[in-house]
Amino acid sequence: MSIAHLIKSFTLWEFVKAHALTLKYFFKAKATINYPYEKNPLSPRFRGEHALRRYPNGEERCIACKLCEAVCPAQAITIEAEPRDDGSRRTTRYDIDMTKCIFCGFCQEACPVDAIVEGPNFEYATETREELLYDKSKLLDNGDKWERAIAANLAADAPYR
Amino acid sequence: MTDHVAELEAQVDALNPTPGDVEIQNYTINFGPQHPAAHGVLRLVLELDGEIVERVDPHIGLLHRGTEKLIEYKTYLQALPYFDRLDYCSPLAMEHSYVLAIEKLLDLEVPLRAQYLRVFFAELTRICNHMLNLGSHVMDVGAMTPNLWLFEIREDCLNFFERASGARMHSAYFRPGGVHQDVPLKLLTDIGDWLDKRMPELFEDAISLVADNRIFKQRNVDIAVVSKDDAVKWGFSGPMIRGSGIPWDLRKSQPYDVYDRMDFDVPVGTRGDCYDRFMVRVEEVRQSARIMKQCLRDMPEGPIASLDRKVVPPKRGEMKRSMEALIHHFKLYTEGFHVPAGSVYVATESPKGEFGVYLVSDGSNKPYRCKIRPTAFSHLQAMDFMTRGHMLADATAILGAMDIVFGECDR
Repeated sequence: MSIAHLIKSFTLWEFVKAHALTLKYFFKAKATINYPYEKNPLSPRFRGEHALRRYPNGEERCIACKLCEAVCPAQAITIEAEPRDDGSRRTTRYDIDMTKCIFCGFCQEACPVDAIVEGPNFEYATETREELLYDKSKLLDNGDKWERAIAANLAADAPYR
Repeated sequence: MTDHVAELEAQVDALNPTPGDVEIQNYTINFGPQHPAAHGVLRLVLELDGEIVERVDPHIGLLHRGTEKLIEYKTYLQALPYFDRLDYCSPLAMEHSYVLAIEKLLDLEVPLRAQYLRVFFAELTRICNHMLNLGSHVMDVGAMTPNLWLFEIREDCLNFFERASGARMHSAYFRPGGVHQDVPLKLLTDIGDWLDKRMPELFEDAISLVADNRIFKQRNVDIAVVSKDDAVKWGFSGPMIRGSGIPWDLRKSQPYDVYDRMDFDVPVGTRGDCYDRFMVRVEEVRQSARIMKQCLRDMPEGPIASLDRKVVPPKRGEMKRSMEALIHHFKLYTEGFHVPAGSVYVATESPKGEFGVYLVSDGSNKPYRCKIRPTAFSHLQAMDFMTRGHMLADATAILGAMDIVFGECDR
């Protein structure tokens, strides 16, 4: 055992060093954020709460092709459809069981008309389980509420899709 | 009469033994399943003699979700997100084995850029995983600060995953034939800057707090020494076998994707104790950063997924314009692709060790059988052998150095 080692051992050198380092970090900027008031930025690809989108003229995009229902690994999506009075094919029922959903993003990948998307919202916690069984009106409301953010995200990500 | 008194006295003695006569028996305690140091839902039944562990009986299966059986009822694409959820600390490493297995069955050529991206993100996953493990290991033996600092790095990693794939943990980014989407150039430059400056600074600072610390060494050095022979016999892999001094790394011994082009070292331990396993992981993080830098340097331009339209769906713009692409799109997202009959075992070096996928295909669009070879299972079976004779408090250090995640152990 060398002299230097002995001195270091008796002066608790590694503790002194470590305390100096932690003191340095004590005066650095905090890594944490004040969450409900501050949030981390999200990328355009973020897969959050689902939304059903509309065309600019107010017509719903979904044409009930049921690709999302078919590809959903968790079988969280249920769709029923029939022709409307004007002859166009639309869904009569579009349910997503958010308690089953695993947020893989396959539904928005599969959708040929960009109707179902996983939007940027991740703050949709509920007090009851039933509130997480989304129906068509809830999803369309989500779409109306988040349309601007969703459209901006889709535009930002368009070159890579 | 005296006989009767003596008999009574003997009976009283038997009921109230003097302190010197007390028989101390081993007693059994439960460790977990709800114990913060159990790394998930592990229940250890520990048989103790005082504070010395006589026997360890790990009870597993509390997180069994039937993944293997579920996969038999999913198409090959649908089964992919389930792999994220096996080892939820290193999701992309799990996907890597699976997509490589499918590609081997399909005999599918993967473009070079996709291979680079996969290696790049697999190594980012390794850093991400080791941040969690190193942090929780030091916390298991009593240190708090390094864990918080390492979680800052992990937070950065998760943000990078989110920017690449859209999800922080369950990315579903690797796909049969390549990766899902190309990454923006800004993301690559940001990760490059992060690798040059922020990551090494924070990481070396955090590790310098514990690497020389005498308390940390007292808790880890010479704890659960595993010899080379034992490591092989118990079927160790990854940092566990390298900690015992065997330079066994699947990235070197049977390179997949572009690992054969990468220049990196395989760190090994000398004594095979918990401290060695810790330091092997520390060095692996540095080597991963080195591999990622090489990826950034050499990554070519080009397609990010195979152009085989019978496996990989077309890009969105193409799908909107071409009828044929639309048909492919519909076919692939409903029926999925068919995989030729056969079986294949593909193992990759996940951050925790050898993670293998054994796929049996009957020629349909769903796997006939998917056996997952987890790393934690073979490590956990050595728990009894490694802990026997150590103190109760060492069990957490041993468990921490084992790097166990129950998502993959119980499947």
